[in-house]
Amino acid sequence: MSPALLLSAAVSSTGAGDGGFAQIMGLVIGGILINNYVLSRFLGICPFLGVSKQLDSAIGMGAAVVFVMAMTGAACWALWELVLIPMHLEYLSTIVFILIIAALVQLVEMILLKYSPALYKALGIYLPLITTNCAVLGVAVLNKDAGYNLAMSVINAVSGALGFGLALILMAGLRMRMEYSDIPLALRGKPITFILAGLMSIAFLGFAGLGV
Amino acid sequence: MSRWKDLTNGFYTENPIFRITLGMCPFLALSTSVQNAVGMGSAATFVLIWSNVAISALRNFIPDKIRIPCYIVFIATFVSLVDMVMAAFMPPLHKALGIYIPLIVVNCIILGRAEAFANKNTVMSSFLDGIGMGVGFTLAMLLMASIREILGNGTWYGINILGHAYTSQPVLLAILPPGAFILMGFVLGVFAIIDRRKERAA
Repeated sequence: MSPALLLSAAVSSTGAGDGGFAQIMGLVIGGILINNYVLSRFLGICPFLGVSKQLDSAIGMGAAVVFVMAMTGAACWALWELVLIPMHLEYLSTIVFILIIAALVQLVEMILLKYSPALYKALGIYLPLITTNCAVLGVAVLNKDAGYNLAMSVINAVSGALGFGLALILMAGLRMRMEYSDIPLALRGKPITFILAGLMSIAFLGFAGLGV
Repeated sequence: MSRWKDLTNGFYTENPIFRITLGMCPFLALSTSVQNAVGMGSAATFVLIWSNVAISALRNFIPDKIRIPCYIVFIATFVSLVDMVMAAFMPPLHKALGIYIPLIVVNCIILGRAEAFANKNTVMSSFLDGIGMGVGFTLAMLLMASIREILGNGTWYGINILGHAYTSQPVLLAILPPGAFILMGFVLGVFAIIDRRKERAA
């Protein structure tokens, strides 16, 4: 495909609005607050519960997910529009997306190891775990179903990842405080964490009133 | 006897949801109604059984270093199958489950069983383990969906059981996202109490 065609495909939207300012703001506010990936769409619950014990690791995980999801949004868009649709291989989308995500995570890991060992060390085990974060595959499928163009796909992915990071960091702060509180014996550990997430989710439900 | 244990392990003692808390995303998102729970449960069970069988049958041929990508390709293949069959024969259910069908690929239960069980055991044991874990997951979804649908909508499997007076003003929170988290917390709490009673009795 020639560069000019590629460019026009990247900026033209395929049936999902005009991509104007209002729609972009809607995606950003919607992704971070109204349809928060963790608290209202239930994507990425496992890392949300697993990595929210310490504030430092929550921030590292959030940053890594933003990075990987932005790249996933772009790579999966390109694959879907430029390879799978022209070759009529739409039914392979799930398999191809998950392989691309696994490869991307591996790539990010290698690049970080080479150029920024400090950040690589800080992220540690969380990097390979991003492959099985359902928010990442989720955003690829959501973008495909909505038919966003390249720019909208990346914006949607980044705002979703920021929402994930926000929920993760808020949760880590709450859980660090909870260490000092007196919790009923039966609810210690996982149960109280779920209830806490539920209360946060009620708070986020309030953003639905923004109605973007 | 060990065959029987392979099968029943997933029902209660190693229930994927309540014991190991894996596969939370579809569990919390689709326990809004019993219909969705049955649909999701059977789709995940199908994928679990056949990915377990395929992986344990090929466990001596898959190179150790690239086993995880291999497992993911197997799982993704079965998920695509389920996706296409559902879209063709059960369009309303396919629409209700939506994005969570492709997301079965990243359901930790399936990859977890492949890594922890299927690559070490025979085909028969893995088949039974797949059934057991799938049924355990489905039972957990049914329990949660029953609580949420009855509280939040006054119905069970679409049948009105609490009467019109309740359904006109149900506890809507139960079927909204926060209800899933909060009720899950209390159900886990009940399981913790049962465990403590058992320990004390023993």
